[in-house]
Amino acid sequence: MLEQHLAILPIILPLIAAPIAFLLGRSSLSWGFSTLISAGAFFSAIQLLVVTLSTGVVSYAVGDWPPPWGIELRADLANAFVLLVVSGISTLVLLFAKESVEKEIDPSLHSHYYTAHLLCLAGLCGILLTGDAFNLFVFLEVSSLSIYTMISLSSDRRCLTAAFRYLIMGTVGATFILIGVGLLYMKTGTLNMLDLAGRIDLYDSSRTINTGLAFIMVGVSIKLALFPLHMWLPAAYTHAPSAVTAFLAATATKVAVYVMIRFIFTIFGTDHVFLEMRMDIPLMVFAVLAIFKCSYMATVQSNVKTVLAYSSIAQIGYMILGVSLVSVAGLMAGIIHIFNHALMKGALFMAVGAVFYRIGSVDVNAFSGLGKHMPLTMAAFTIAGLSIIGVPLTVGFVSKWYLISAALEQNNWLIAALVLIGSLLAVIYIGRILEAAYFKKLPDTVDPNNVKEVSWLMLGPMWVLVLANIYFGVDTSMTTEVASKASQWLFHHENSQASADIINTLVSAKEVAK
Amino acid sequence: MSFVLDYYNYWVVVFLMMTGFYIVISANNLVKKIVGLNIFQTSVFMLYITVGKVSGGTAPIVTEGVSLYSNPLPHVLILTAIVVGVATTALGLSLVVRIKRAYGTVEENEFENKDDAI
Repeated sequence: MLEQHLAILPIILPLIAAPIAFLLGRSSLSWGFSTLISAGAFFSAIQLLVVTLSTGVVSYAVGDWPPPWGIELRADLANAFVLLVVSGISTLVLLFAKESVEKEIDPSLHSHYYTAHLLCLAGLCGILLTGDAFNLFVFLEVSSLSIYTMISLSSDRRCLTAAFRYLIMGTVGATFILIGVGLLYMKTGTLNMLDLAGRIDLYDSSRTINTGLAFIMVGVSIKLALFPLHMWLPAAYTHAPSAVTAFLAATATKVAVYVMIRFIFTIFGTDHVFLEMRMDIPLMVFAVLAIFKCSYMATVQSNVKTVLAYSSIAQIGYMILGVSLVSVAGLMAGIIHIFNHALMKGALFMAVGAVFYRIGSVDVNAFSGLGKHMPLTMAAFTIAGLSIIGVPLTVGFVSKWYLISAALEQNNWLIAALVLIGSLLAVIYIGRILEAAYFKKLPDTVDPNNVKEVSWLMLGPMWVLVLANIYFGVDTSMTTEVASKASQWLFHHENSQASADIINTLVSAKEVAK
Repeated sequence: MSFVLDYYNYWVVVFLMMTGFYIVISANNLVKKIVGLNIFQTSVFMLYITVGKVSGGTAPIVTEGVSLYSNPLPHVLILTAIVVGVATTALGLSLVVRIKRAYGTVEENEFENKDDAI
């Protein structure tokens, strides 16, 4: 029976569990329960990926209302792959969170944190799985509202202004998406993504559709922090509790990148967006600007969390650059980087969280001498940092390799060179931190006896991600296979199959009505 | 002239949308920013409701002798969006309350440290 409802499990499990986690009240109970639930969502995501690898698509009619009237959940390779990353990272972050949260969040607010985390997970899984454009907006707001709450839980008062800024910009972005979806509905009379795709083709040069496209692209760009709409991100990542930052950096913006890919490739169609509207040009320009401006900003920051936040915006630039190349190879590089970046940034922010747990500061100077006193944490930071730079045998190398070969496939030497130069900037900002950790001495003000390795509950999840960084950097068969199949699917499968599907459902529904 | 009259609702929507958006960007007071955000969102609700109107159609309640109904779906969608809007406003205002407690001000230009400003 559960197999039949596999597609809705990752949404419904955390959604139902969230109020229960709140009612459990006690910190450790609530922690154990939400970790279990998150692991449950992770296992159903694995199942879902296995099923989609063999059958292609899993369609689930919520409440048994057939699409396009009812809300459809639709898992294909692209979203099942991202779903696996999101639920996996969520489980690891929750394992890591226990001690980190005990240190950074007021004890009376612990159950609030786990509740918000589960709600956010439900929202993110919902965004990934839904096949309905309006439903996507609702889940987007479910996840965003819980993210604002999680950011504001930190005991540092600056988290409040960061959360408020994110709330204003995030809501404006979501409302832009709402306007865009409304304009599409106005013209086509449908909200189901596949149905929309079929009908948008009929009105290709309509001004209403094009305005809708513009609103949606700007709205999603705010959500995924595409330069120059990224101003909310550095403050939010810097002042949020460490566990929240690790979760956000690895999942929230990646899901927004997925939303952009879904809107461009499934709903509007590549011909319309890229050949007719030439969206690839602004996307490519902003992606390159993001890589350089934000990598540069990362090199001049003194707070390590801010450094990594700016680095995240630059990495999002690489993903969007892959999309803007308008080729199967480019899209594949983008999708593979979603997966790989989640592994690197998850590990990096967990290592920073561990340092904050011991030292109580995340300034670059606070890292001085930690290579000796917290060897395992700093080794994890080093390997994940090398991965950001793109050193061979790590996942970062795999992403950059595919991105550069996608650029070279189109003889676009300029883009390939820019990607390589951008990686050199990563050497500087990661190098500064490593230099402090390995070549400087612990400051005299800190008692060396207090600075020791953190517990295995924090090191475990961190090292799982680090080992995944190496494993998927050496054996790339699984990730590249899924990503290349997913991008081929997104590119070639779009409209012909979609409209045929919808016509079939319409015909069968009419027969039922008779 | 008929261009203005025919699209009367849409002109109102556009006016409210721009007013709200301008307030969000320009207001110095955090509560006013939330108010602007509300106006901005409300204009979108009106856009959806306007889309649902079918000229000559009546309220979507099945009665005899009527064959043309307005589209009820946008109303349902907007019910959900209103709930989202209320939740956002509540969260935003509660953040403003905590900012007032932590910093003693809700005016953007009165934050002592530039980095704290919104």
